[in-house]
Amino acid sequence: MKFSVMVSEGPYTHQASDSAYQFIRAALAAGHEIFRIFFYHDGVNNGTRLTTPPQDDRHIVNRWSELATEHELDLVLCVAAAQRRGIVDPDEAKRNGKDGDNIAPGFRISGLGQLIEAGIESDRLLVFGD
Amino acid sequence: MLHTVNKSPFESSSLKTCLSFAKSGSDVLLIEDGVYGGLSGSAHTSWVAEALGDVRVYALEPDLKARGLSGDRLIPGIEAVGYDGFVELACANDKIQNWL
Repeated sequence: MKFSVMVSEGPYTHQASDSAYQFIRAALAAGHEIFRIFFYHDGVNNGTRLTTPPQDDRHIVNRWSELATEHELDLVLCVAAAQRRGIVDPDEAKRNGKDGDNIAPGFRISGLGQLIEAGIESDRLLVFGD
Repeated sequence: MLHTVNKSPFESSSLKTCLSFAKSGSDVLLIEDGVYGGLSGSAHTSWVAEALGDVRVYALEPDLKARGLSGDRLIPGIEAVGYDGFVELACANDKIQNWL
């Protein structure tokens, strides 16, 4: 079965990033396909590589990047939500005259159309938020 | 249809709203703080237990454990499931409503 997931809450806020991650891991383990993971609203904070949690805490951002590499996942940050919260890739940094980018490996920035497409193309769409 | 509820009934009315909208035969999965809604012996137990005839209610076991709870604290008829069970419920229901 083909799943997509939307995450609308930031990491280390409540539990949405962890619940989404655990669900996706279980779905992959059961042989299902993850079409896309779309990060919306504060969820875009899951995709900044400047995140530095204490060493004995889980690194939510790196965990996404590693999962994306391992399973070739499509991690998409909503562009409008990302710009509001200061999360930029090299192109957006240049376009907006910023002195650097901070998008984490495995993530890309795109628009809401990607969420609509995920809803159309997937058998199931789950939302994790607060 | 699968409904997931992630808030405690002590904090939010989402479980009550969910159970009032859920059609007979639906599945309801309690996750995160939502697992508190499945506890027996609480101020909310009676109306949750009343819904059990019409809908099947599950609670996510890792989220129970994370709160120092276990399946034997649940209202009889509510089943504890793991993330694999969550995935199975998501497959078995053609629509999913995540109450946030």
